[in-house]
Amino acid sequence: MGGRHMVRGTEERVFQIVVAAVLSLCGLAALFPLLYVLSVSLTPFSEVLRNGGFILIPRSITFDAYRKLLTESNVPQAFGVTAFITVVGTLLNLAVTSLMAYPLSRKQLPGRNLFLMLIVFTLLFSGGIIPTYLVVKSLGLLDSVWSMILPNMVWSFNVLIMKSFYETLPEELFESARMDGAKEFRILARIVLPLSVPVTLTIGLFYAVGHWNEFFQAIMYVTDRELFPLQVIVREILIQTQQPLENAENMTPTETLQMASVILASLPIIVVYPFLQKHFTKGMLLGSVKG
Amino acid sequence: MLLPGALYFIVFRYFPMYGVVIAFKDYSFNDGILGSYWADPWNKHFLTFIHSPYFGQLLTNTLLISVYKLLFGMLPPILMALLLNECRIRWFKSLVQTLTYMPHFLSWVIIYGIVLALLSQNSGLVNHWIEEAGGQSIPFLTSTTYFRSLLVSSEIWQNLGWGAIIYLAAMAGIDPTLYEAARVDGASRLRMIWHITLPGIRSVIVMLLILRLGHMLDAGFEQIYIMYNIQVYPVADILDTWVFRTGLQQLNFSLASAVGLFKAAIGLVLVLVSNRIAKRWGEGIW
Repeated sequence: MGGRHMVRGTEERVFQIVVAAVLSLCGLAALFPLLYVLSVSLTPFSEVLRNGGFILIPRSITFDAYRKLLTESNVPQAFGVTAFITVVGTLLNLAVTSLMAYPLSRKQLPGRNLFLMLIVFTLLFSGGIIPTYLVVKSLGLLDSVWSMILPNMVWSFNVLIMKSFYETLPEELFESARMDGAKEFRILARIVLPLSVPVTLTIGLFYAVGHWNEFFQAIMYVTDRELFPLQVIVREILIQTQQPLENAENMTPTETLQMASVILASLPIIVVYPFLQKHFTKGMLLGSVKG
Repeated sequence: MLLPGALYFIVFRYFPMYGVVIAFKDYSFNDGILGSYWADPWNKHFLTFIHSPYFGQLLTNTLLISVYKLLFGMLPPILMALLLNECRIRWFKSLVQTLTYMPHFLSWVIIYGIVLALLSQNSGLVNHWIEEAGGQSIPFLTSTTYFRSLLVSSEIWQNLGWGAIIYLAAMAGIDPTLYEAARVDGASRLRMIWHITLPGIRSVIVMLLILRLGHMLDAGFEQIYIMYNIQVYPVADILDTWVFRTGLQQLNFSLASAVGLFKAAIGLVLVLVSNRIAKRWGEGIW
Protein backbone atom coordinates (compact mmCIF):
# COMPACT_ATOMS: atom_id res chain seq x y z
CA MET A 1 0.00 0.00 0.00
CA GLY A 2 2.69 2.42 1.06
CA GLY A 3 4.58 1.95 -2.22
CA ARG A 4 1.53 2.62 -4.27
CA HIS A 5 0.91 5.86 -2.40
CA MET A 6 4.46 6.94 -3.15
CA VAL A 7 3.96 6.31 -6.86
CA ARG A 8 0.72 8.24 -6.69
CA GLY A 9 2.55 11.06 -4.97
CA THR A 10 5.31 11.43 -7.56
CA GLU A 11 2.90 11.02 -10.44
CA GLU A 12 0.76 13.77 -8.96
CA ARG A 13 3.76 16.03 -8.52
CA VAL A 14 4.93 15.56 -12.10
CA PHE A 15 1.41 16.18 -13.34
CA GLN A 16 1.14 19.40 -11.35
CA ILE A 17 4.50 20.60 -12.67
CA VAL A 18 3.46 19.97 -16.28
CA VAL A 19 0.14 21.75 -15.72
CA ALA A 20 1.86 24.72 -14.09
CA ALA A 21 4.45 24.89 -16.87
CA VAL A 22 1.90 24.95 -19.67
CA LEU A 23 -0.23 27.47 -17.80
CA SER A 24 2.81 29.69 -17.31
CA LEU A 25 3.36 29.64 -21.05
CA CYS A 26 -0.26 30.67 -21.62
CA GLY A 27 0.02 33.50 -19.11
CA LEU A 28 3.25 34.63 -20.71
CA ALA A 29 1.69 34.49 -24.17
CA ALA A 30 -0.98 36.89 -22.94
CA LEU A 31 1.45 39.23 -21.24
CA PHE A 32 4.51 39.21 -23.48
CA PRO A 33 3.08 41.06 -26.52
CA LEU A 34 1.94 43.93 -24.30
CA LEU A 35 5.29 44.16 -22.55
CA TYR A 36 7.01 44.25 -25.92
CA VAL A 37 4.69 47.03 -27.11
CA LEU A 38 5.57 48.93 -23.95
CA SER A 39 9.27 48.39 -24.61
CA VAL A 40 9.00 49.70 -28.18
CA SER A 41 7.12 52.76 -26.97
CA LEU A 42 10.03 53.64 -24.69
CA THR A 43 12.87 52.96 -27.12
CA PRO A 44 14.89 56.05 -28.14
CA PHE A 45 16.07 56.39 -31.70
CA SER A 46 19.72 55.95 -30.80
CA GLU A 47 18.90 52.45 -29.62
CA VAL A 48 17.15 51.58 -32.87
CA LEU A 49 20.23 52.71 -34.79
CA ARG A 50 22.60 50.79 -32.58
CA ASN A 51 20.65 47.54 -32.77
CA GLY A 52 19.42 47.83 -36.34
CA GLY A 53 15.83 47.57 -35.14
CA PHE A 54 13.72 47.16 -32.05
CA ILE A 55 14.76 44.64 -29.44
CA LEU A 56 13.13 43.25 -26.34
CA ILE A 57 14.91 45.26 -23.69
CA PRO A 58 16.46 48.57 -24.76
CA ARG A 59 19.46 49.77 -22.72
CA SER A 60 18.06 53.25 -22.28
CA ILE A 61 14.51 54.52 -22.36
CA THR A 62 12.75 57.76 -23.18
CA PHE A 63 9.26 59.14 -22.66
CA ASP A 64 9.52 61.38 -25.73
CA ALA A 65 6.83 59.52 -27.63
CA TYR A 66 4.34 59.99 -24.80
CA ARG A 67 5.26 63.65 -24.43
CA LYS A 68 4.74 64.16 -28.15
CA LEU A 69 1.39 62.37 -28.20
CA LEU A 70 0.10 64.26 -25.20
CA THR A 71 1.18 67.69 -26.43
CA GLU A 72 1.31 67.66 -30.24
CA SER A 73 -1.45 65.33 -31.38
CA ASN A 74 -5.20 64.74 -31.26
CA VAL A 75 -4.78 62.14 -28.55
CA PRO A 76 -5.81 64.34 -25.58
CA GLN A 77 -8.84 65.59 -27.50
CA ALA A 78 -9.78 62.00 -28.38
CA PHE A 79 -9.32 60.97 -24.75
CA GLY A 80 -11.90 63.57 -23.83
CA VAL A 81 -14.38 62.36 -26.44
CA THR A 82 -13.94 58.73 -25.36
CA ALA A 83 -14.25 59.61 -21.68
CA PHE A 84 -17.47 61.52 -22.38
CA ILE A 85 -18.96 58.67 -24.41
CA THR A 86 -17.97 56.17 -21.74
CA VAL A 87 -19.37 58.05 -18.74
CA VAL A 88 -22.51 59.58 -20.24
CA GLY A 89 -23.13 56.57 -22.46
CA THR A 90 -22.90 54.04 -19.65
CA LEU A 91 -25.19 56.05 -17.37
CA LEU A 92 -27.78 56.33 -20.14
CA ASN A 93 -27.39 52.63 -20.99
CA LEU A 94 -28.04 51.61 -17.42
CA ALA A 95 -30.92 53.99 -16.89
CA VAL A 96 -32.82 52.93 -19.99
CA THR A 97 -31.96 49.24 -19.63
CA SER A 98 -33.26 49.02 -16.06
CA LEU A 99 -36.30 51.17 -16.89
CA MET A 100 -37.14 48.55 -19.53
CA ALA A 101 -36.19 45.49 -17.55
CA TYR A 102 -38.25 46.29 -14.48
CA PRO A 103 -41.73 46.43 -16.07
CA LEU A 104 -40.83 43.47 -18.29
CA SER A 105 -39.95 41.45 -15.22
CA ARG A 106 -43.47 41.86 -13.77
CA LYS A 107 -45.80 39.12 -14.93
CA GLN A 108 -48.87 41.38 -14.73
CA LEU A 109 -47.61 43.75 -17.47
CA PRO A 110 -50.09 43.65 -20.35
CA GLY A 111 -48.51 42.64 -23.65
CA ARG A 112 -45.38 41.46 -21.87
CA ASN A 113 -44.76 38.53 -24.20
CA LEU A 114 -45.18 40.70 -27.27
CA PHE A 115 -42.60 43.19 -25.94
CA LEU A 116 -40.18 40.39 -25.16
CA MET A 117 -40.64 38.86 -28.58
CA LEU A 118 -39.96 42.22 -30.23
CA ILE A 119 -36.74 42.52 -28.23
CA VAL A 120 -35.58 38.99 -28.96
CA PHE A 121 -36.30 39.50 -32.64
CA THR A 122 -33.74 42.31 -32.79
CA LEU A 123 -31.14 39.78 -31.68
CA LEU A 124 -31.98 37.63 -34.68
CA PHE A 125 -32.48 40.16 -37.41
CA SER A 126 -31.51 43.74 -38.14
CA GLY A 127 -32.08 46.15 -40.95
CA GLY A 128 -28.36 46.33 -41.55
CA ILE A 129 -25.83 49.11 -41.46
CA ILE A 130 -27.06 51.18 -44.41
CA PRO A 131 -30.69 51.56 -43.24
CA THR A 132 -29.42 52.29 -39.72
CA TYR A 133 -27.11 54.92 -41.16
CA LEU A 134 -30.07 56.53 -42.93
CA VAL A 135 -32.01 56.70 -39.66
CA VAL A 136 -29.10 58.33 -37.85
CA LYS A 137 -28.67 60.73 -40.75
CA SER A 138 -32.34 61.70 -40.89
CA LEU A 139 -32.29 62.44 -37.16
CA GLY A 140 -29.48 64.90 -37.83
CA LEU A 141 -27.12 62.98 -35.58
CA LEU A 142 -24.26 62.64 -38.08
CA ASP A 143 -21.11 64.29 -36.79
CA SER A 144 -22.43 64.54 -33.27
CA VAL A 145 -21.13 62.83 -30.20
CA TRP A 146 -24.63 61.37 -29.69
CA SER A 147 -24.28 59.29 -32.83
CA MET A 148 -21.83 57.15 -30.85
CA ILE A 149 -24.20 56.82 -27.90
CA LEU A 150 -27.83 56.68 -29.02
CA PRO A 151 -27.87 54.11 -31.86
CA ASN A 152 -26.58 51.44 -29.49
CA MET A 153 -28.18 52.67 -26.28
CA VAL A 154 -29.77 49.38 -25.26
CA TRP A 155 -28.24 45.97 -25.89
CA SER A 156 -31.17 43.61 -26.19
CA PHE A 157 -29.25 40.89 -24.45
CA ASN A 158 -28.62 43.02 -21.38
CA VAL A 159 -32.33 43.78 -21.05
CA LEU A 160 -33.01 40.06 -20.98
CA ILE A 161 -30.29 39.42 -18.39
CA MET A 162 -31.47 42.23 -16.15
CA LYS A 163 -35.09 41.20 -16.53
CA SER A 164 -34.24 37.63 -15.48
CA PHE A 165 -32.48 38.95 -12.42
CA TYR A 166 -35.38 41.21 -11.43
CA GLU A 167 -37.69 38.21 -11.75
CA THR A 168 -35.85 36.49 -8.92
CA LEU A 169 -36.75 39.29 -6.47
CA PRO A 170 -39.68 38.22 -4.26
CA GLU A 171 -43.06 39.60 -5.30
CA GLU A 172 -44.05 40.35 -1.66
CA LEU A 173 -41.50 43.17 -1.57
CA PHE A 174 -43.30 45.01 -4.33
CA GLU A 175 -46.74 44.30 -2.96
CA SER A 176 -46.05 45.73 0.46
CA ALA A 177 -44.46 48.78 -1.12
CA ARG A 178 -47.48 49.29 -3.34
CA MET A 179 -49.71 48.88 -0.28
CA ASP A 180 -47.78 51.75 1.28
CA GLY A 181 -48.68 53.80 -1.77
CA ALA A 182 -45.30 53.76 -3.50
CA LYS A 183 -45.32 54.49 -7.23
CA GLU A 184 -43.52 52.15 -9.62
CA PHE A 185 -40.67 54.61 -10.25
CA ARG A 186 -40.12 54.80 -6.52
CA ILE A 187 -40.13 51.01 -6.22
CA LEU A 188 -37.53 50.74 -8.96
CA ALA A 189 -35.30 53.42 -7.42
CA ARG A 190 -35.68 52.50 -3.75
CA ILE A 191 -36.15 48.72 -3.78
CA VAL A 192 -35.15 47.10 -7.06
CA LEU A 193 -31.94 48.97 -7.82
CA PRO A 194 -30.42 48.70 -4.32
CA LEU A 195 -31.11 44.96 -4.38
CA SER A 196 -29.46 44.49 -7.75
CA VAL A 197 -26.21 46.43 -7.38
CA PRO A 198 -23.97 43.53 -8.46
CA VAL A 199 -25.86 42.76 -11.67
CA THR A 200 -26.16 46.47 -12.52
CA LEU A 201 -22.45 46.95 -11.93
CA THR A 202 -21.57 43.96 -14.11
CA ILE A 203 -23.78 45.07 -16.98
CA GLY A 204 -22.48 48.62 -16.60
CA LEU A 205 -18.91 47.35 -16.93
CA PHE A 206 -19.68 45.62 -20.19
CA TYR A 207 -21.38 48.73 -21.54
CA ALA A 208 -18.40 50.84 -20.41
CA VAL A 209 -15.82 48.62 -22.10
CA GLY A 210 -17.94 48.74 -25.23
CA HIS A 211 -17.85 52.54 -25.15
CA TRP A 212 -14.15 52.74 -24.39
CA ASN A 213 -13.45 50.53 -27.40
CA GLU A 214 -15.89 52.47 -29.59
CA PHE A 215 -14.78 52.32 -33.20
CA PHE A 216 -17.52 51.10 -35.50
CA GLN A 217 -20.12 53.81 -34.94
CA ALA A 218 -17.44 56.46 -35.07
CA ILE A 219 -16.29 55.46 -38.55
CA MET A 220 -19.92 55.16 -39.66
CA TYR A 221 -21.30 58.44 -38.43
CA VAL A 222 -18.44 60.82 -37.64
CA THR A 223 -16.21 62.66 -40.10
CA ASP A 224 -15.33 65.63 -37.90
CA ARG A 225 -11.82 64.98 -36.59
CA GLU A 226 -12.53 66.88 -33.38
CA LEU A 227 -15.08 64.22 -32.48
CA PHE A 228 -12.99 61.14 -33.23
CA PRO A 229 -12.77 58.81 -30.25
CA LEU A 230 -9.48 57.37 -29.10
CA GLN A 231 -9.62 54.09 -31.02
CA VAL A 232 -10.10 55.88 -34.33
CA ILE A 233 -7.19 58.21 -33.68
CA VAL A 234 -4.96 55.32 -32.63
CA ARG A 235 -5.83 53.42 -35.79
CA GLU A 236 -4.94 56.52 -37.80
CA ILE A 237 -1.59 56.67 -36.07
CA LEU A 238 -1.05 52.96 -36.69
CA ILE A 239 -1.61 53.12 -40.44
CA GLN A 240 0.67 56.11 -40.88
CA THR A 241 3.57 55.18 -43.07
CA GLN A 242 7.06 55.65 -41.75
CA GLN A 243 8.48 59.11 -42.00
CA PRO A 244 11.81 59.51 -43.78
CA LEU A 245 14.66 59.43 -41.32
CA GLU A 246 16.31 62.82 -41.29
CA ASN A 247 18.13 64.54 -38.46
CA ALA A 248 17.92 61.19 -36.82
CA GLU A 249 19.03 61.81 -33.27
CA ASN A 250 16.20 64.16 -32.39
CA MET A 251 13.46 62.21 -34.02
CA THR A 252 10.99 59.91 -32.38
CA PRO A 253 10.63 56.80 -34.54
CA THR A 254 7.15 56.29 -35.98
CA GLU A 255 6.91 52.85 -34.35
CA THR A 256 7.65 54.33 -30.95
CA LEU A 257 4.83 56.85 -31.38
CA GLN A 258 2.52 54.13 -32.64
CA MET A 259 3.14 51.84 -29.70
CA ALA A 260 2.91 54.69 -27.21
CA SER A 261 -0.56 55.41 -28.58
CA VAL A 262 -1.48 51.75 -28.17
CA ILE A 263 -0.34 51.79 -24.55
CA LEU A 264 -2.22 55.02 -23.83
CA ALA A 265 -5.44 53.64 -25.31
CA SER A 266 -5.25 50.34 -23.45
CA LEU A 267 -3.91 51.67 -20.17
CA PRO A 268 -7.25 52.40 -18.47
CA ILE A 269 -8.49 48.89 -19.24
CA ILE A 270 -5.26 47.22 -18.17
CA VAL A 271 -5.14 49.20 -14.94
CA VAL A 272 -8.78 48.91 -13.97
CA TYR A 273 -9.54 45.43 -15.21
CA PRO A 274 -7.69 43.27 -12.63
CA PHE A 275 -9.72 44.83 -9.83
CA LEU A 276 -13.01 44.22 -11.56
CA GLN A 277 -12.23 40.82 -13.06
CA LYS A 278 -14.60 39.07 -10.66
CA HIS A 279 -17.56 41.10 -11.93
CA PHE A 280 -16.70 40.51 -15.55
CA THR A 281 -16.46 36.76 -15.02
CA LYS A 282 -19.81 36.79 -13.25
CA GLY A 283 -21.27 38.70 -16.16
CA MET A 284 -20.03 36.12 -18.64
CA LEU A 285 -21.81 33.40 -16.65
CA LEU A 286 -24.96 35.50 -16.26
CA GLY A 287 -25.03 35.76 -20.01
CA SER A 288 -24.46 32.08 -20.60
CA VAL A 289 -27.36 31.05 -18.40
CA LYS A 290 -29.48 32.74 -21.03
CA GLY A 291 -27.37 32.05 -24.04
CA MET B 1 -41.57 53.43 -17.73
CA LEU B 2 -41.12 51.43 -20.90
CA LEU B 3 -41.34 54.58 -22.99
CA PRO B 4 -37.63 55.50 -23.44
CA GLY B 5 -36.70 51.91 -24.21
CA ALA B 6 -39.65 51.37 -26.53
CA LEU B 7 -38.83 54.58 -28.35
CA TYR B 8 -35.24 53.44 -28.75
CA PHE B 9 -36.27 50.08 -30.17
CA ILE B 10 -38.72 51.64 -32.58
CA VAL B 11 -36.35 54.30 -33.86
CA PHE B 12 -32.99 52.51 -33.97
CA ARG B 13 -34.03 48.88 -34.39
CA TYR B 14 -37.35 48.78 -36.20
CA PHE B 15 -37.09 51.85 -38.46
CA PRO B 16 -34.00 50.36 -40.10
CA MET B 17 -35.96 47.16 -40.73
CA TYR B 18 -38.47 49.28 -42.60
CA GLY B 19 -35.67 51.24 -44.27
CA VAL B 20 -34.37 48.03 -45.77
CA VAL B 21 -37.02 48.47 -48.51
CA ILE B 22 -34.40 50.58 -50.29
CA ALA B 23 -32.87 47.24 -51.25
CA PHE B 24 -35.80 47.01 -53.67
CA LYS B 25 -35.60 50.64 -54.82
CA ASP B 26 -33.19 52.88 -56.66
CA TYR B 27 -32.38 55.02 -53.65
CA SER B 28 -31.53 58.61 -54.27
CA PHE B 29 -30.66 61.16 -51.60
CA ASN B 30 -33.08 63.75 -52.90
CA ASP B 31 -36.13 61.52 -52.99
CA GLY B 32 -35.55 59.72 -49.67
CA ILE B 33 -36.72 56.25 -48.75
CA LEU B 34 -40.39 56.75 -49.63
CA GLY B 35 -39.91 58.88 -52.71
CA SER B 36 -37.28 56.81 -54.47
CA TYR B 37 -38.50 54.73 -57.40
CA TRP B 38 -38.89 50.98 -57.16
CA ALA B 39 -36.12 49.05 -58.82
CA ASP B 40 -37.03 47.34 -62.05
CA PRO B 41 -37.12 44.36 -61.81
CA TRP B 42 -37.79 44.36 -58.06
CA ASN B 43 -34.76 42.17 -57.37
CA LYS B 44 -32.39 44.12 -59.62
CA HIS B 45 -29.79 44.76 -56.90
CA PHE B 46 -29.83 41.15 -55.75
CA LEU B 47 -29.26 39.99 -59.32
CA THR B 48 -26.45 42.51 -59.77
CA PHE B 49 -24.76 41.13 -56.71
CA ILE B 50 -25.26 37.45 -57.49
CA HIS B 51 -23.89 37.90 -61.01
CA SER B 52 -20.98 40.06 -59.91
CA PRO B 53 -17.51 38.59 -59.54
CA TYR B 54 -17.61 39.57 -55.86
CA PHE B 55 -20.38 37.17 -54.98
CA GLY B 56 -18.30 33.99 -54.98
CA GLN B 57 -15.29 35.66 -53.45
CA LEU B 58 -17.14 37.35 -50.61
CA LEU B 59 -19.13 34.26 -49.73
CA THR B 60 -16.03 32.07 -49.85
CA ASN B 61 -14.02 34.46 -47.70
CA THR B 62 -16.81 34.89 -45.17
CA LEU B 63 -17.42 31.18 -44.79
CA LEU B 64 -13.75 30.15 -44.86
CA ILE B 65 -12.74 32.67 -42.19
CA SER B 66 -15.68 31.59 -40.02
CA VAL B 67 -14.94 27.91 -40.46
CA TYR B 68 -11.24 28.37 -39.70
CA LYS B 69 -12.06 30.37 -36.59
CA LEU B 70 -14.48 27.69 -35.47
CA LEU B 71 -12.16 24.80 -36.29
CA PHE B 72 -9.00 26.17 -34.75
CA GLY B 73 -10.61 28.35 -32.12
CA MET B 74 -12.75 25.70 -30.48
CA LEU B 75 -10.09 23.52 -28.89
CA PRO B 76 -7.68 26.00 -27.22
CA PRO B 77 -10.19 27.34 -24.65
CA ILE B 78 -11.23 23.77 -23.80
CA LEU B 79 -7.60 22.80 -23.16
CA MET B 80 -7.12 25.98 -21.20
CA ALA B 81 -10.13 25.14 -19.02
CA LEU B 82 -8.85 21.59 -18.44
CA LEU B 83 -5.46 22.91 -17.33
CA LEU B 84 -6.97 25.54 -15.05
CA ASN B 85 -9.31 22.96 -13.60
CA GLU B 86 -6.42 20.63 -12.77
CA CYS B 87 -4.24 23.34 -11.26
CA ARG B 88 -4.17 22.98 -7.47
CA ILE B 89 -2.11 26.07 -6.63
CA ARG B 90 -4.85 28.62 -6.14
CA TRP B 91 -2.93 31.90 -6.34
CA PHE B 92 -1.17 30.69 -9.48
CA LYS B 93 -4.44 29.66 -11.08
CA SER B 94 -6.04 33.04 -10.47
CA LEU B 95 -2.92 34.84 -11.69
CA VAL B 96 -3.06 32.92 -14.98
CA GLN B 97 -6.78 33.59 -15.22
CA THR B 98 -6.29 37.31 -14.74
CA LEU B 99 -3.57 37.41 -17.39
CA THR B 100 -5.35 35.34 -20.01
CA TYR B 101 -8.79 36.94 -19.59
CA MET B 102 -7.39 40.40 -20.18
CA PRO B 103 -6.95 40.32 -24.00
CA HIS B 104 -10.70 39.87 -24.29
CA PHE B 105 -11.17 43.49 -23.24
CA LEU B 106 -8.66 44.99 -25.62
CA SER B 107 -10.13 46.53 -28.76
CA TRP B 108 -9.17 45.30 -32.21
CA VAL B 109 -7.29 48.54 -32.76
CA ILE B 110 -5.07 47.72 -29.80
CA ILE B 111 -4.60 44.15 -31.00
CA TYR B 112 -3.74 45.44 -34.45
CA GLY B 113 -1.07 47.60 -32.81
CA ILE B 114 0.34 44.54 -31.06
CA VAL B 115 0.30 42.59 -34.31
CA LEU B 116 2.20 45.42 -36.00
CA ALA B 117 4.81 45.47 -33.26
CA LEU B 118 5.41 41.75 -33.60
CA LEU B 119 4.88 41.09 -37.29
CA SER B 120 5.30 44.20 -39.41
CA GLN B 121 7.75 43.73 -42.24
CA ASN B 122 10.04 46.67 -41.52
CA SER B 123 10.23 46.75 -37.78
CA GLY B 124 8.40 43.75 -36.36
CA LEU B 125 10.16 41.68 -33.75
CA VAL B 126 9.65 38.39 -35.56
CA ASN B 127 11.11 39.71 -38.79
CA HIS B 128 13.99 41.21 -36.86
CA TRP B 129 14.75 37.75 -35.53
CA ILE B 130 14.34 36.16 -38.97
CA GLU B 131 16.78 38.64 -40.47
CA GLU B 132 19.28 38.17 -37.66
CA ALA B 133 19.14 34.45 -38.35
CA GLY B 134 19.97 35.24 -41.97
CA GLY B 135 16.49 34.81 -43.42
CA GLN B 136 14.26 36.98 -45.60
CA SER B 137 11.65 39.10 -43.85
CA ILE B 138 8.06 37.95 -44.37
CA PRO B 139 5.19 40.33 -45.22
CA PHE B 140 2.77 38.78 -42.73
CA LEU B 141 0.26 41.61 -42.93
CA THR B 142 0.13 42.19 -46.64
CA SER B 143 0.49 38.70 -48.00
CA THR B 144 -2.55 36.70 -49.05
CA THR B 145 -0.79 33.59 -47.77
CA TYR B 146 -0.69 34.62 -44.14
CA PHE B 147 -3.59 36.96 -43.65
CA ARG B 148 -6.30 34.46 -42.72
CA SER B 149 -3.98 32.69 -40.29
CA LEU B 150 -3.33 36.09 -38.76
CA LEU B 151 -7.05 36.68 -38.29
CA VAL B 152 -7.55 33.26 -36.74
CA SER B 153 -4.55 33.39 -34.44
CA SER B 154 -5.21 36.91 -33.19
CA GLU B 155 -8.74 35.86 -32.34
CA ILE B 156 -7.48 32.78 -30.51
CA TRP B 157 -5.08 34.99 -28.57
CA GLN B 158 -7.91 37.32 -27.63
CA ASN B 159 -10.25 34.57 -26.59
CA LEU B 160 -8.05 31.86 -25.09
CA GLY B 161 -8.76 32.57 -21.44
CA TRP B 162 -12.16 34.17 -21.73
CA GLY B 163 -13.54 31.27 -23.75
CA ALA B 164 -12.46 28.91 -20.98
CA ILE B 165 -14.77 30.49 -18.38
CA ILE B 166 -17.90 28.74 -19.53
CA TYR B 167 -16.18 25.33 -19.62
CA LEU B 168 -14.72 25.94 -16.15
CA ALA B 169 -18.21 26.65 -14.86
CA ALA B 170 -19.46 23.43 -16.42
CA MET B 171 -16.55 21.52 -14.85
CA ALA B 172 -17.37 22.95 -11.45
CA GLY B 173 -20.81 21.39 -11.82
CA ILE B 174 -19.49 17.84 -12.21
CA ASP B 175 -20.35 15.57 -9.29
CA PRO B 176 -17.17 15.29 -7.13
CA THR B 177 -18.06 11.76 -5.99
CA LEU B 178 -17.30 10.58 -9.53
CA TYR B 179 -13.68 11.65 -9.07
CA GLU B 180 -13.49 10.08 -5.62
CA ALA B 181 -14.77 6.78 -6.94
CA ALA B 182 -12.26 6.88 -9.78
CA ARG B 183 -9.45 7.69 -7.36
CA VAL B 184 -10.34 4.70 -5.20
CA ASP B 185 -10.21 2.56 -8.35
CA GLY B 186 -6.69 3.88 -8.96
CA ALA B 187 -7.44 5.92 -12.08
CA SER B 188 -4.72 8.37 -13.12
CA ARG B 189 -5.37 12.09 -13.61
CA LEU B 190 -5.37 11.77 -17.37
CA ARG B 191 -7.88 8.93 -17.25
CA MET B 192 -10.13 10.99 -15.02
CA ILE B 193 -9.96 13.91 -17.47
CA TRP B 194 -10.80 11.61 -20.34
CA HIS B 195 -13.57 9.62 -18.66
CA ILE B 196 -15.13 12.14 -16.27
CA THR B 197 -14.26 15.77 -17.06
CA LEU B 198 -14.62 15.68 -20.84
CA PRO B 199 -17.91 13.74 -20.86
CA GLY B 200 -19.10 16.15 -18.16
CA ILE B 201 -18.69 19.17 -20.42
CA ARG B 202 -19.61 17.46 -23.68
CA SER B 203 -23.08 18.98 -23.81
CA VAL B 204 -21.68 22.49 -23.30
CA ILE B 205 -19.16 21.95 -26.09
CA VAL B 206 -21.80 20.75 -28.53
CA MET B 207 -24.13 23.55 -27.53
CA LEU B 208 -21.54 26.26 -28.14
CA LEU B 209 -20.61 24.67 -31.44
CA ILE B 210 -24.21 24.66 -32.63
CA LEU B 211 -24.78 28.24 -31.53
CA ARG B 212 -21.66 29.39 -33.33
CA LEU B 213 -22.77 27.66 -36.50
CA GLY B 214 -25.76 30.00 -36.39
CA HIS B 215 -23.38 32.94 -36.75
CA MET B 216 -21.37 31.57 -39.66
CA LEU B 217 -21.88 34.70 -41.74
CA ASP B 218 -20.40 36.95 -39.05
CA ALA B 219 -16.73 36.48 -39.73
CA GLY B 220 -15.73 39.46 -37.56
CA PHE B 221 -16.32 42.80 -39.26
CA GLU B 222 -14.40 45.02 -36.87
CA GLN B 223 -11.33 42.81 -36.69
CA ILE B 224 -11.07 42.46 -40.46
CA TYR B 225 -11.88 46.09 -41.20
CA ILE B 226 -9.14 47.23 -38.86
CA MET B 227 -6.50 44.75 -39.95
CA TYR B 228 -6.97 44.38 -43.69
CA ASN B 229 -5.48 46.38 -46.53
CA ILE B 230 -5.96 46.47 -50.26
CA GLN B 231 -3.33 43.80 -50.90
CA VAL B 232 -5.25 41.17 -48.97
CA TYR B 233 -8.80 41.97 -50.20
CA PRO B 234 -8.85 38.77 -52.30
CA VAL B 235 -8.67 36.62 -49.14
CA ALA B 236 -10.02 38.97 -46.49
CA ASP B 237 -12.95 40.89 -47.94
CA ILE B 238 -16.16 39.57 -46.36
CA LEU B 239 -19.83 40.43 -46.87
CA ASP B 240 -19.84 43.01 -44.06
CA THR B 241 -16.71 44.86 -45.15
CA TRP B 242 -17.92 44.95 -48.73
CA VAL B 243 -21.32 46.30 -47.68
CA PHE B 244 -19.58 48.97 -45.65
CA ARG B 245 -17.36 50.11 -48.51
CA THR B 246 -20.04 49.91 -51.17
CA GLY B 247 -22.61 51.74 -49.07
CA LEU B 248 -20.72 54.33 -47.11
CA GLN B 249 -17.69 54.95 -49.28
CA GLN B 250 -19.11 54.51 -52.79
CA LEU B 251 -22.59 55.63 -51.68
CA ASN B 252 -24.33 52.84 -53.53
CA PHE B 253 -26.98 52.53 -50.83
CA SER B 254 -29.44 50.26 -52.56
CA LEU B 255 -26.91 47.66 -53.65
CA ALA B 256 -25.27 47.64 -50.22
CA SER B 257 -28.63 47.29 -48.48
CA ALA B 258 -29.57 44.42 -50.76
CA VAL B 259 -26.40 42.55 -49.85
CA GLY B 260 -26.92 43.39 -46.18
CA LEU B 261 -30.46 42.04 -46.38
CA PHE B 262 -29.25 38.91 -48.18
CA LYS B 263 -26.83 38.30 -45.35
CA ALA B 264 -29.34 39.09 -42.58
CA ALA B 265 -31.97 36.79 -44.09
CA ILE B 266 -29.63 33.81 -44.36
CA GLY B 267 -28.28 34.67 -40.91
CA LEU B 268 -31.80 34.62 -39.47
CA VAL B 269 -32.45 31.15 -40.94
CA LEU B 270 -29.11 29.85 -39.66
CA VAL B 271 -29.71 31.15 -36.13
CA LEU B 272 -33.25 29.78 -35.99
CA VAL B 273 -32.14 26.37 -37.27
CA SER B 274 -29.16 26.20 -34.91
CA ASN B 275 -31.32 27.25 -31.94
CA ARG B 276 -33.86 24.60 -32.85
CA ILE B 277 -31.12 21.97 -32.94
CA ALA B 278 -29.62 23.29 -29.70
CA LYS B 279 -33.01 23.17 -28.03
CA ARG B 280 -33.45 19.58 -29.10
CA TRP B 281 -29.96 18.85 -27.80
CA GLY B 282 -30.50 20.32 -24.39
CA GLU B 283 -31.74 23.57 -23.06
CA GLY B 284 -32.37 26.21 -25.71
CA ILE B 285 -31.42 29.82 -25.30
CA TRP B 286 -34.91 31.13 -24.90
